[in-house]
Amino acid sequence: MDKKLTPAVKIEKIHKSFGQLHALNGIDLTIEQGEFFGLLGPNGAGKSTLINILAGLLKPTQGKVAIMGHDVVDSYQAARMSLGVVPQELVFDPFFNVREMLRFQAGYFGRGRENDAWVDEVIENLGLTDKAHTNMRKLSGGMKRRALIAQALVHKPPVIVLDEPTAGVDVELRQMLWAFIKKLNNDGHTIILTTHYLEEAETLCERVAMMKQGEIVALDTTANLLSKLPGKNLRLTLGQANLPSTLLPMLKNGENGIFTLALTELNQIEYALSELRKANVNVQDMQLIEADLEDVFMSLVGEQAPQQNQQAGAL
Amino acid sequence: MSIINGNLIDGLISPQWRGTYTLFKKELFRFWRVAFQTVASPVLTSLLYLLIFSHVLENHVQVYKGVPYKAFLIPGLVMMSLLQNAFANSSSSLVQSKIMGSIVFVLLTPISYAQFFIAFLAAAIIRGFLVGFSIYFVAIWFVDLSIVHPLWIFVFALLGSALLGTFGIIAGIWSDKFDQMAAFQNFVIMPLTFLSGVFYSIHSLPPFWQAVSKFNPFFYMIDGFRYGFFGQSDISPWLSFVVVLSFLLGLAWLALKMLKSGYKLRA
Repeated sequence: MDKKLTPAVKIEKIHKSFGQLHALNGIDLTIEQGEFFGLLGPNGAGKSTLINILAGLLKPTQGKVAIMGHDVVDSYQAARMSLGVVPQELVFDPFFNVREMLRFQAGYFGRGRENDAWVDEVIENLGLTDKAHTNMRKLSGGMKRRALIAQALVHKPPVIVLDEPTAGVDVELRQMLWAFIKKLNNDGHTIILTTHYLEEAETLCERVAMMKQGEIVALDTTANLLSKLPGKNLRLTLGQANLPSTLLPMLKNGENGIFTLALTELNQIEYALSELRKANVNVQDMQLIEADLEDVFMSLVGEQAPQQNQQAGAL
Repeated sequence: MSIINGNLIDGLISPQWRGTYTLFKKELFRFWRVAFQTVASPVLTSLLYLLIFSHVLENHVQVYKGVPYKAFLIPGLVMMSLLQNAFANSSSSLVQSKIMGSIVFVLLTPISYAQFFIAFLAAAIIRGFLVGFSIYFVAIWFVDLSIVHPLWIFVFALLGSALLGTFGIIAGIWSDKFDQMAAFQNFVIMPLTFLSGVFYSIHSLPPFWQAVSKFNPFFYMIDGFRYGFFGQSDISPWLSFVVVLSFLLGLAWLALKMLKSGYKLRA
């Protein structure tokens, strides 16, 4: 990546307070052009507040934010031209159909009829062709989500923010959506993603910031974050049998006869198997699993992973 | 609507103003999609007022010499509907999009606070004119109505709809729920219009209520508008013009200040 390029997003010492509540405490973050960046954190971590500041929907109490070199307060028009935001909430205008709404949205950004071919491409890529003339009110939740994503893309913004874009959507849409977003990323668009699905962040994001209580507690490439946890997990399927008590200190989680043990060293596998043999427990299946982003998340944030704890702040 | 929908006007707008024009166009489509509610219904209501009041009072009231009561009533009803609908357009659109969350689609764009104001105001003026002049064109089939000063008619229609459209923007931004919006409509707009001389001349009131009426900006809008039809009014149209323009500038300043600060829109 060419480091001389203007950063896609530059956040400097951002503070945001709502009365006595300090939602953001001095966030510093630079996202380079072309990155696929993940913003993770539990509820109340400040992810949506930060995104709302990027989008100009909230004013920072202190600090500066620039999108493609344009300050979001002083040069808000240029900054907003460079940004497409997919809100978390399923909001829509009930008076219009999908195509009308997308044309209006493009028009707000100064795009005219010359943009219609791109609008059609977005409609097609998001599987909305059959619904292009359907009123927004009559769309299913998944279709409304697609339309929201389309709205954020109609002006071809170089920086795209997706705030929980796959919350509550089916597998088909999720795959279609990620294929399209990856294509946009390959075409040079910078993608910033917040998601409750850590597997998605692990698969898609080159770099990840983890937030907790208004601060960034980890910021690194996904690979580096994963390598910081040297341990692996041993997943044992034991059927009806219980885990021997000697192995309980290693237990990470267990339900329905499947137990996951956290290993700090590989020779603990031998110990675990010998304890199971001693207790006459039959092992039906066994898997050695690498630590994932959820493990990193839990070790850094010290809380339950967000997919078990939904209801994040809304845009 | 076909001209607005087509390429003709779109192609003439520069990219800097296309956002404003699009927002204006969207606001027009919004009320046109529900035209029975936003245009036909107020036209019918006003014509019912005309039918009932003129039937009951025609032989009992003569406000201006040589002007039948039915004719006197029409400009008042036209202006009352024009004002109420200009207010309803901007206020209901804003409060609805705030409650539904769809206001975010406009807030995320490069449209400036002044452009936002212009787009909402222009749409409010158009709806006011559409409703007001629909009533006029239906009413003149039944009543012989002269026009003495057409320019004054246009000036007061424009200033009045702009004033109420601006007031609607303020009310829409301020209101967090439909109930608050309804309070504006029922406890401010409705009493001020009914007590402004739509159905009577303030000279028919006792001196105290005549004095009170002069604090009502709606009185100046309706009196000035009526002057355009009959060349007669309760006060000079120039005084009405100054008062209405002053109110408009004051409210426009307040609305722009609210929009610039992001009051209740951008925290």
